[in-house]
Amino acid sequence: MNPELGLDNYSQKGAKTVNITFIDRDGDTFKVAAKVGDTLLDVAKENDIDVEGACGGTLACSTCHLIFEKVDFDKIPETATDEELDLLEMAYGLTDTSRLVCQIDVTDEMEGIVLKIPTETRDARNL
Amino acid sequence: LVRYTRSLFSDNHYRVGIVGSGPAGFYTAQRLLKLNSNVRVDIIERLPTPFGLVRYGVAPDHPEVKNVITNFTNLLKDTRCRFYGNISVGTDISLSQLFTYYSAIVLAYGADSDRKLEIPGENAKGFLSARRFVGWYNGLPEDVSLDVDLSSQTAVIIGQGNVAIDVARILLTPTEQLEKTDICNHALLALRESKIQRVVLVGRRGPLQVAFTIKELRELLKLKQITTLLTKEDHDFLEPIISTLPRGRKRLIELLYKTSRQSLHTETSNKCLEISYLRSPTIINTNTEGKINSITFEVNKLQDHNSINTKAIGTGVYETIECGIAFRSIGYKSIPILESVPFDNIKHVIPNERGKVTHLDGTLYKGLYCSGWIKRGPVGVIASTMNDAYETAERVHEDLTADTLQSFNTDFKLSDLIPEGHRMVNYTDWSSLDTEEVSRGGESKPREKITSIQEMIRIMNNK
Ligand SMILES: Cc1cc2nc3c(=O)[nH]c(=O)nc-3n(C[C@H](O)[C@H](O)[C@H](O)COP(=O)(O)OP(=O)(O)OC[C@H]3O[C@@H](n4cnc5c(N)ncnc54)[C@H](O)[C@@H]3O)c2cc1C
Ligand code: FES
Repeated sequence: MNPELGLDNYSQKGAKTVNITFIDRDGDTFKVAAKVGDTLLDVAKENDIDVEGACGGTLACSTCHLIFEKVDFDKIPETATDEELDLLEMAYGLTDTSRLVCQIDVTDEMEGIVLKIPTETRDARNL
Repeated sequence: LVRYTRSLFSDNHYRVGIVGSGPAGFYTAQRLLKLNSNVRVDIIERLPTPFGLVRYGVAPDHPEVKNVITNFTNLLKDTRCRFYGNISVGTDISLSQLFTYYSAIVLAYGADSDRKLEIPGENAKGFLSARRFVGWYNGLPEDVSLDVDLSSQTAVIIGQGNVAIDVARILLTPTEQLEKTDICNHALLALRESKIQRVVLVGRRGPLQVAFTIKELRELLKLKQITTLLTKEDHDFLEPIISTLPRGRKRLIELLYKTSRQSLHTETSNKCLEISYLRSPTIINTNTEGKINSITFEVNKLQDHNSINTKAIGTGVYETIECGIAFRSIGYKSIPILESVPFDNIKHVIPNERGKVTHLDGTLYKGLYCSGWIKRGPVGVIASTMNDAYETAERVHEDLTADTLQSFNTDFKLSDLIPEGHRMVNYTDWSSLDTEEVSRGGESKPREKITSIQEMIRIMNNK
């Protein structure tokens, strides 16, 4: 995949976009145009980035967990709800700047942010 | 990692056989197909139906969790990935047979057994394995005829993990809510007649050591018409230590503590859930007909009250809880299914190094890998199983790029290895069964599962 492809492919006439960079499991970087108002999970899916989003954005799986840079993390307008925090605790590779991106809408302030797919393993659920 | 694959011999490809079609099988396939364009994957499954515990484990009132099936189904539509159902590896086909046709085999067959208490009376009528009860309400063919008698008032669940909470929630949720889920009709009918009013969740250790997660606890607390009873005194000691707990524990313990402060009895609730700590079952007591009527517990104390990883020690004091049904929910367990494959009989997993199977002396087993619960033990949600499966796929890919595994230039169908007359199930067969189930679900249910293998096959044959 051409890392720059997202830019030309995606920006639609009239829709406002910001540039967002994803770093995937293999360390490859993808810079894409993200439509303001879409969720970050939608953006990842539309650009074929490897974010699983197993539950389809219904806050039931934690496979849309991404790690933000600290400065970018502080730009997210809405802080995580209790329900998101509950699920995040089951995510692997959890950090202090982790979020479930199906819960986050793209805003103007997100221009230039960098999102990383976690790679560490961590077991959380005991039966 | 090197992403390209050698296109020098473009007819040549690697064939990977994956044993088990749960999340581990699918996620291993997904990652492998992504990493290596020269790979073909066959997913081989014991049952005629794919998806493992997503279909037969995940609770019916968690439909969002099952959305993952959409992603798995997309994979089956990829021409590089085939589904072979109704083939039990080790019974219908041997590992050495598979190795003649596949470059690599990935074992992802999960945990089809559970841990036992090893106490007297464990085989009493009415003392059930939570795993089989889950299979019963989810329509797992081998468990649908389980004898589930819900005519008594009290049910005891031994264990405090998420499966225990699932079982409690199914027993307590008003059936008008379950009606809208894919819970099996036979289970729904039995639950409608249920007389159970009180469910007791009993743990060996204290509140600090519970195994369930906060999401499941919160869900339980939000159930309408049900009271969760937590003894205030059991939780008093938590207050000063909450702030010192690690992130994963802190919010859970805070919620338990807060709940224990509230007076929860509401007029509208007629059913209750009790969480009871520091009790180890010692005897399952029965009446003259061999049916459970109570459980004797030894009262425990903890070696260190304030530590998350502490041991319970018996105090020699005993106590009895009367009940007409009880469940053992102390963990699933994997079993060895192939004689020639090394197995760790203490941890009940296949020994491996990043997913590549190792012999008991630590040397690597050529071409053999493992993934998911059979690799890491039966803990972890789908997200952790996914991560773990990715690791295995990356390990397989490493060996493929190092060119240490055999490649093939002819096509082959697994049916060539299966004796004639044995009904294999492919993706089209499954689709027709799926359609039939959805249509039987009617207006209100997402589907009504077919629970007999014979009937499944009949439907597939008649399509
Ligand atoms: C009761 C319960 C509820 C759960 N609820 C949730 C939840 O709400 N959310 C969540 O994220 N996770 C949940 N989980 C966890 C999740 O189900 C597991 O993480 C996941 O299913 C493990 O995947 P697996 O592929 O290793 O095993 P499995 O899903 O068990 O898949 C193994 C497959 O291998 C097949 N197989 C076995 N033997 C053979 C053989 N000899 N030949 C061929 N095939 C064979 C089995 O039939 C099965 O289909 C739950 C688990 C349980 C037990
Ligand atoms: S996609 Fe499942 S929690 Fe976000």
